[in-house]
Amino acid sequence: MTDALDVTLRLLIVFVVFLTFPLVVGQTEHKVMAHMQGRLGPMYAGGFHGWAQLVADGVKFAQKEDVVPAGADRRIFQLAPAVALLPYLLVLLAIPIGPGEGAVGQVLDAGIFFVLAVMGVGVLGSLMAGWASANKFSLLGGLRTAAQLLAYELPMLLAAASVAMAAGTVSLPGILDAFHWWWLPWQIVGAIVFFVAGLAELQRPPFDMPVADSEIIFGAYTEYTGLRFALFLLAEYAGIIVLCGLTTVLFLGGWHGPWGADGLGWVWTLLKTAVLAFVVIWLRVTYPRLREDQLQKLSWTLLVPLSLAQIALTGIVKVVIS
Amino acid sequence: MTLIAATATAAHATAAQATAAHTAATTAAGGTHGFLSPTGVEIAFLLVGLATFGAALVTVSTRQLVHAALWLVVALGGLAIEYLLLTAEFIAWVQVLIYVGSVVVLLLFGLMLTRAPIGRSPDADSGNRWAALTVAVAAAAALVWVVVDAFRTTWIDLGGPAAGSTAVTGASLFQNWVLPFEALSVLLLAALVGAIVLSRKAKAEMSSPPVNSRAATGSSPSVPDSRNHPIEGNSPAEQEGAR
Repeated sequence: MTDALDVTLRLLIVFVVFLTFPLVVGQTEHKVMAHMQGRLGPMYAGGFHGWAQLVADGVKFAQKEDVVPAGADRRIFQLAPAVALLPYLLVLLAIPIGPGEGAVGQVLDAGIFFVLAVMGVGVLGSLMAGWASANKFSLLGGLRTAAQLLAYELPMLLAAASVAMAAGTVSLPGILDAFHWWWLPWQIVGAIVFFVAGLAELQRPPFDMPVADSEIIFGAYTEYTGLRFALFLLAEYAGIIVLCGLTTVLFLGGWHGPWGADGLGWVWTLLKTAVLAFVVIWLRVTYPRLREDQLQKLSWTLLVPLSLAQIALTGIVKVVIS
Repeated sequence: MTLIAATATAAHATAAQATAAHTAATTAAGGTHGFLSPTGVEIAFLLVGLATFGAALVTVSTRQLVHAALWLVVALGGLAIEYLLLTAEFIAWVQVLIYVGSVVVLLLFGLMLTRAPIGRSPDADSGNRWAALTVAVAAAAALVWVVVDAFRTTWIDLGGPAAGSTAVTGASLFQNWVLPFEALSVLLLAALVGAIVLSRKAKAEMSSPPVNSRAATGSSPSVPDSRNHPIEGNSPAEQEGAR
């Protein structure tokens, strides 16, 4: 019975993380953006610096009417938020936060492939939403989402492949076991490519052309209201957690740290993830939105060559040191 | 656009065939090996196989184009689960990554660019139905025959070390199957060159603006090859300036 208990406990922990961490990131985004722009942000909900703002938002979303447009494809329209959200829950299972088997939801032999494959499925949700809404703006948003995914999936995969080559394994805990501090300068180009491509895959600013609110009024999500819209938002923030966690694990050494690596490894993982999440918010406030052709150009003419160069470098160094 | 449609049809047919082969193989295995004591894995394999087969059937028979593509996702995902149940974890994730994550996204992209009406498409019915069915059944029969004949006495030990782990797959791929692997990459290279040649030819012929409104959407800057179809009155120099 202990096996069943163990599995249940792991799933429960992952689920709780999945529900709470995105809210923490969302609240941080509210406050950080506000202070960067000389505002205070939410101050009233919950009393202390508006900590309960997102809870209040959730209550608001739950109260709204769930509208499905008359011309929409009902089933696909209603299914889309689940398809967008669930992959991130699955990915969270495979990200190790500490050394040993106790600190990861499920050890996977081909962890990198699992996380990248399942993350790619999440975009199907946006595509389904864009098509099923029976709305020109939504369809345009869906098209842009697809084009963006096709462009940025490749550099992301290549950057991850570089780390896998360096470590000699495609398992996420295996990569962390093989990590040394000098991987950081060695793989830095790959890390930047991976992070940028991941941002684009999440459609976060400055890569938010597919959901640009001032141009195509939130793209694929134009027709969504209430809880289903909230699920799409949750998917975005869960995606931030997943991307930052993955970048931490693949490129920043996960639980390794200058001191206290034994026992306190998970603190390092969470700390690095939190810093990266802050960078994601920072980039949103700092950079203007890229135009659609600039988006494509950045991927095909900059990120893909850079990631290929990183793979070549990894190969050369690997041959030299072995 | 015909190219996209052809690719879609080919993909559907392949999925249906592969699924048919899988289901048949499952049935054969269940009949000889696990008949008296079917394990949980075998039952799951059979059920997932049936679901995959059903999804593949719906894929080729539905009248709604986008629904067909989405049912294809179910069929391909079901295949991935079958791989997983056969302990081929690496192949399973690659299947999800390539087919569900990329091929279907490309397919949906193509559908949305050309025509993706909500509701039934009356012209989605092909006059070649019987010919297609014959070819599909023949291909499925050939695949089933080959698979059953090749793996008749091979059993996967589900309890032991994974027979399809990344290390095992990589070793066998690059020790025993290097030549087919390299031949495949040459094939892909040929396809790549062909695509470039086709798109350059289209550029030379496309001097007049497209008539179809959806096609006009396609030549907006949202498409990767937008450089081939610059929008009138928006010269590259102006774009540079705007940047």
